[in-house]
Amino acid sequence: MTKIKVLAIDDSRTIRELLREALESADFDYHCAEDGVLGVAKFSDVNPDVVITDVNMPNMDGFGVIEALRGGPQPSLVPILVLTTESSAELKSRARDAGATGWIVKPFDDTDLVKVLRRVTGNAA
Amino acid sequence: MSAQSSIRDSFFEECDDLLAALFDGLAQVEDGNAESETVNAVFRAVHSIKGGAGAFKLTALVAFAHTFETVLDGVRSQKLDPEPDLVRVLLRAADQLANLVEAARDNNAINDAARDSVLAELEAYIDDEEKDDAEINFAPVALDFSLFGAPEAETDRELVVTFQPFARLYANGHEPAYLIDALSKAGQLEVELDLEAIPPFSAYERDASYLNWKMRFRAPDPEAAVAEVFEFVEGLCRLEVVENDQGPEEPEASAFSADPTPEPEPAPAAAALPVPEASKDATPALSTAEQKGASKNEGAKPTLRVDLERVDRLINTVGELIINQAMIAQRVSQLGGTRATEIEADLEDYKLLARDLQEGVMAIRAQPVKALFQRMSRIVREASDATGKNVRLVTRGEGTEVDKTVIERLADPLTHMLRNAVDHGIETPDKRIVAGKSAEGEILLSATHKSGNVLIEISDDGAGLNRPKILEIAISKGLIPATSDLPEAEIDKLLFLPGFSTATTVSNLSGRGVGMDVVKNAVQALGGRVAISSVPGRGTTFSIVLPLTLAVMDGMVISVAGETMVVPITPILETIRPARGAIHPFGVDGQMLSIRGRYVPIVDVARTLGLRTSPDPDQTDILILVEIGNGGQCALRVDAIHDQRQVVIKRVAGSYGTIPGVSAATILGDGKIALILDTDRFAQPDLLLSETSLAANSELET
Repeated sequence: MTKIKVLAIDDSRTIRELLREALESADFDYHCAEDGVLGVAKFSDVNPDVVITDVNMPNMDGFGVIEALRGGPQPSLVPILVLTTESSAELKSRARDAGATGWIVKPFDDTDLVKVLRRVTGNAA
Repeated sequence: MSAQSSIRDSFFEECDDLLAALFDGLAQVEDGNAESETVNAVFRAVHSIKGGAGAFKLTALVAFAHTFETVLDGVRSQKLDPEPDLVRVLLRAADQLANLVEAARDNNAINDAARDSVLAELEAYIDDEEKDDAEINFAPVALDFSLFGAPEAETDRELVVTFQPFARLYANGHEPAYLIDALSKAGQLEVELDLEAIPPFSAYERDASYLNWKMRFRAPDPEAAVAEVFEFVEGLCRLEVVENDQGPEEPEASAFSADPTPEPEPAPAAAALPVPEASKDATPALSTAEQKGASKNEGAKPTLRVDLERVDRLINTVGELIINQAMIAQRVSQLGGTRATEIEADLEDYKLLARDLQEGVMAIRAQPVKALFQRMSRIVREASDATGKNVRLVTRGEGTEVDKTVIERLADPLTHMLRNAVDHGIETPDKRIVAGKSAEGEILLSATHKSGNVLIEISDDGAGLNRPKILEIAISKGLIPATSDLPEAEIDKLLFLPGFSTATTVSNLSGRGVGMDVVKNAVQALGGRVAISSVPGRGTTFSIVLPLTLAVMDGMVISVAGETMVVPITPILETIRPARGAIHPFGVDGQMLSIRGRYVPIVDVARTLGLRTSPDPDQTDILILVEIGNGGQCALRVDAIHDQRQVVIKRVAGSYGTIPGVSAATILGDGKIALILDTDRFAQPDLLLSETSLAANSELET
């Protein structure tokens, strides 16, 4: 089975490292970028199976990422999960309306994170 | 576990960067630049600290960051105006956040009172309705399973699930097959596709969603499994969940369904899958994003984090390499002959390469002083709060790069000097107004590179040094004889004597018993020097000159009374072989050099160090003119000048204690040890002696 390719976009090095630790040990192919602009630029190179994006970031925020990936003449249907510290219903519905596939609430539990990623990429165990 | 703890370390490193960005942003807001990008950056910094802290369960930090963030969000959404009072609260909150980060990192206790008072100030800016939101809800997404009325079930129960995706479900990156697959992994599942719902091909609309499924799902807690699998598609589909064993004939729509009334197919135009017309406005977004990405890629340099120990090992090795190069050069020159000359030419290249290598390695250790200066802003704010004075710190040259160790070891002396400047330098607002100054005092902290050194200056626009009082205190403490009549510059230097403190009442700020002598020692331990200049009524400036690196320096190799020594290149202005007439007797057995219309004292190095008691009659006059603190000059008399080379600095203080006149030692090409002279001390041979006795005294006390 080929590894699930993840592109994580977050300006926090700590979060990127936590994601790397959680995902690489669960045998994902992990890629990351430091802000929305870099993440969108990296998207076509990496061609990930799933994107994880933070909301608050410099240069381009998470909603910008969703818009960039979902918009355009050939919108990507890649699953996009939004990383958020708020578990408020409002942010979730805003993310969903923007085109996000789902969300991950920080701080995340590694097992739950892996489970969600497997589910949205059709690799549920 | 170790991965976790190393990520924890990296979190705290990141916090330093984030706090720097926070203080930077707030400083801009304070200057009246409350542009949205600035405010956003400030918000993000606090938000990221909160996010990371949550991952490590640092609850106190999370709670404070959350309240702080709520106020910043108000500024960001323009509900709050960043007027000076609010900015002051934000700055205090930033200081407090920095303290909490520090406490979390070092597992120190938190000063609850200080935190709570800042929290109260922040909360004053939060609306009551927002306060409810401000209660932190960090529980992971918990769906309310009670909606299903599901009791704890021991045995499997069966649900009938009807699942009809809307077109938007696909557009949001969901795949019904994956959802169904996930559900099948959570229990027993029978799936039936509703073929009836699929229209004939002629009536088929491209962007509509026709598929729907009816599923029988058996599991111990089927509601929970369904809730988990369909968590993200709420509102993107019609989902009906009915308990089967209680009577399949009573279909009861589950509250989980986002749309109680089964919605007809959304109109194709409303679907997120773009129709060609709608795609036009989305296109530029992507292309500008790409352009930005390209330019950003050019700007952001990739970095690498390296263990400091490895860098230091490398620096040490390069140091040894330089010594080795010098040794080879010396051996070769002893060989003589044409072959030796050829090898010497090659060795010259070797030397240049070694120097490049060394500069490259040094650059790794260099860091901008910005973070240090930002910490100082905090110190000044805290000090002004504590004294009730109104003081602003202006920083300049924050990009100046200095060796990491120098920066670290400079933090304490700088803190002390800035507290002193606020406590003793700047006057109270009323006194300032009487003196015709603005009520707000200003302290300028600057860093610049100056001829191979770093110059750090702390200038306040306060009252200046109170020289009569300094003199009086020095006499009353027995530091100088009561009859002393000292020039101004000498009075200023009294501040650096051990045991001197001008504060008549011990303030809790500048500390008890710790005087400028500690600052001076710390700076000297870094191979630097401190100088003061002060104008009554106008203010005081402290200048700290530091070497760029602690590992190597350029030196001039000399010999004195048969001993080989090194004079640092930096203070050397020129070397002179003076004409007899240029040297004039002065005092009992002193001499002055007349050079370009100026008289400069001549210091005999051999006699000052006690290597020779009387002048050598055969001695030729070889003088090295050096610059000393406060712009003065003096001429060092030596026996011979050999060459100029880079030397590796080896500390002697650790092994032999402080030797007046000697700053360090080095190993020369022939493997012999040579002392490196501290030229500043030589400039005042009398002071050199008095300090020797003082040093001896203080050693006895400890």
